[in-house]
Amino acid sequence: MAARPLDWAAIHRDPRFQELHRRKARFLWGLMGFSILYYFALPVGAGWFQPLFRQRVWGPVNVGLAFALSQFVVAWGIAWWYARRANARFDALAAELARDAPRIGGAP
Amino acid sequence: MRRQAFALLALAPGAAAAQGAVAPQFRWITFLVFGAIIAVTMAVTWLAARRVSTTTQFYAAGRSISGIQNGWAIAGDYLSAASFLGIAGLISLYGYDGFMYSVGWLVAYVTVLLLIAEPCRNIGKYTLGDILAFRNQPKAARTVAAVSTILVSIFYLTAQMVGGGVLVKTLIGIDYEVSVIAVGVLMLAYVIFGGMVATTWVQIIKAVLLVTASLLLVFFTWLPHGFSLPGFLDVVVADPKVQAQVAKLVGDPASGMTAAELGQRFLEPGLYLKNPIDQISLGMALVLGTAGMPHILMRFFTVPTARDARTSVIWAMAIIGGFYVLTLFLGLGAAINVGPAAIAAVDAGGNMAGPLLAQYIGGGAESLVGNFFLAFVAAVAFATIVAVVAGLVLASASAMSHDIWVGVVKGEHATPAQEVRAARVSALIVGVVAITIGILAKGQNVAHLVALAFAVAASSNLPAVLLTLHWKRCNTAGVVLGMAVGALAAIALVLVSPNMTYPNAVRAANEPIVAAAPAKIAAAEAALGTAVDPAAQATAEQALEKLRAELAIAQGKLSAVEGRATSMVGLEAPLIPLRNPGILSIPLGFLCVWLGSLLYRDRRAEERWEELYVRQNTGIDAEGASGH
Repeated sequence: MAARPLDWAAIHRDPRFQELHRRKARFLWGLMGFSILYYFALPVGAGWFQPLFRQRVWGPVNVGLAFALSQFVVAWGIAWWYARRANARFDALAAELARDAPRIGGAP
Repeated sequence: MRRQAFALLALAPGAAAAQGAVAPQFRWITFLVFGAIIAVTMAVTWLAARRVSTTTQFYAAGRSISGIQNGWAIAGDYLSAASFLGIAGLISLYGYDGFMYSVGWLVAYVTVLLLIAEPCRNIGKYTLGDILAFRNQPKAARTVAAVSTILVSIFYLTAQMVGGGVLVKTLIGIDYEVSVIAVGVLMLAYVIFGGMVATTWVQIIKAVLLVTASLLLVFFTWLPHGFSLPGFLDVVVADPKVQAQVAKLVGDPASGMTAAELGQRFLEPGLYLKNPIDQISLGMALVLGTAGMPHILMRFFTVPTARDARTSVIWAMAIIGGFYVLTLFLGLGAAINVGPAAIAAVDAGGNMAGPLLAQYIGGGAESLVGNFFLAFVAAVAFATIVAVVAGLVLASASAMSHDIWVGVVKGEHATPAQEVRAARVSALIVGVVAITIGILAKGQNVAHLVALAFAVAASSNLPAVLLTLHWKRCNTAGVVLGMAVGALAAIALVLVSPNMTYPNAVRAANEPIVAAAPAKIAAAEAALGTAVDPAAQATAEQALEKLRAELAIAQGKLSAVEGRATSMVGLEAPLIPLRNPGILSIPLGFLCVWLGSLLYRDRRAEERWEELYVRQNTGIDAEGASGH
């Protein structure tokens, strides 16, 4: 590895890196945005939509309690989905780039 | 009076039972359990100490921690006594609002997982400063990163030390100063001799104990109700102790409500949290601040690859999320079995809900098993404080030695042996400072410091890290400006907020209590004189005791503000109504990173962007577990 410094600019330009970066960015920021919206709906609902939060849906369980519990399920769901996607696709693309990195760009 | 968000561990002086919740004849159980925990962790430290000679060993456990181990360690680093005792307590006293609190602590890890964990592992070596110095001017970036790390850690440390001292006093009646020193000395032993290796294992052991204790408590709480959620909640709604608590909280409107409506109200929002904007502000600080907490960031340098960092967050989310779901059952279980009034009688903030539930489940205050459970939970709470404090001290000691001493003072020229020695000396300094502040802050309300630590991390560290990693134009000027303004804004906003003590408001609240006390006490004494049977006498005596205690608290509060008309910063009343500064200071932090970056050109930041962006996305050439 230490024979020649890696040509980072060339790796950055490599279409495979661009592909990885685009896929990752779209997926990550999309999930992040959804997570933020879903989470802040909780204090907003508890603050300004109390009649809705008081509606009972399952015995004494009301909308507010069900929504608060759903936050855990959604957070875990996001984590599971991201891990699946990253383990299956992002890691493979990154590993391929890492393997080829010494040969990308620059004069030997 | 408006209730305080983040009242976790805000034990009112005098409200705690002076003798401790664990009866003296059962205290040996607490000491035995805690002695066992100390023995095991010290053995781990002794084993670790023989390996810890290089910087990578000391700061990052040789990058040899597996993803699953690191997940448990993150949970141990994160779940503080405030979570274990404070949130269960809030749920036991205020129902739904207490539970709403716990959600943000898990959602925070979505930010950590998606945006922070893997890039940090790919770019950083040991500290926040390493990440920021990668493309920015190293000395400037390391200096602001270290100052911010130490600031955040000291705020959080102070809250933990003071909260821990009060907690141990409430639980087992040991002197406040003794318990602060005990926490400090133990934590220093782990950090100085065992570095990150020992700290990691202390955190893992603590997390396993905490989860086990909570699972057992919830199992026995839920067992009589057939593990049915509606079935359990029906019991909560029908409980007269819960209904009485709701009637007390809602005041006059309660007279028009049926018992069932009162019980159901416990499961609805609005009994504790009155200001939605403040809630959103706190939520922002939690969800963005956790990802900027130096002691959490540091944990990602202990695993060999980015994939292990990912695995560790997934495990941490499973453990932390599972734990916070359990708090719902711990809190509600304490409310129906012990009762909100009895919980608040031992500690006004509700912190004793979990321990009292443990005592009840074991058979009550008179039984051996009940006291064994209580003593066990007390020991776990003590271990919890030590583990969190150790993580914080290690993070700030690393910033002092790695960023300031080696990076800035020595210009990156220090041998590993010198650096490890510097890190140990730094840990000693931070530890002594933490113990000193802990003792000096005795009796102060430091609960808002937890919220402040998260707000500073969210307003200062997070914008700088996030934009350094993801925005091409970000540079040194932006990072320095954003971190300085973000941190100062968060602190300044808290200084002018309702968190501070305003003498006039204290007088307005407490003078009527003192003025009315003599007549009330005289009436109670008369009632005691006319009481005929022993039962009535006992009730009258209790009422008298309670009145005298209330008077003493009010007098104490008045004497603390005597002769002053203004708060610490010279204000008669708060300038802003918000207790949590995040909603203002976080956008300001981002804005200043953006503005500073646009106003100033930094060739190094531009030149190193491609390298940083490739590295953070792919992990190419990241320092691995091999012999560094």
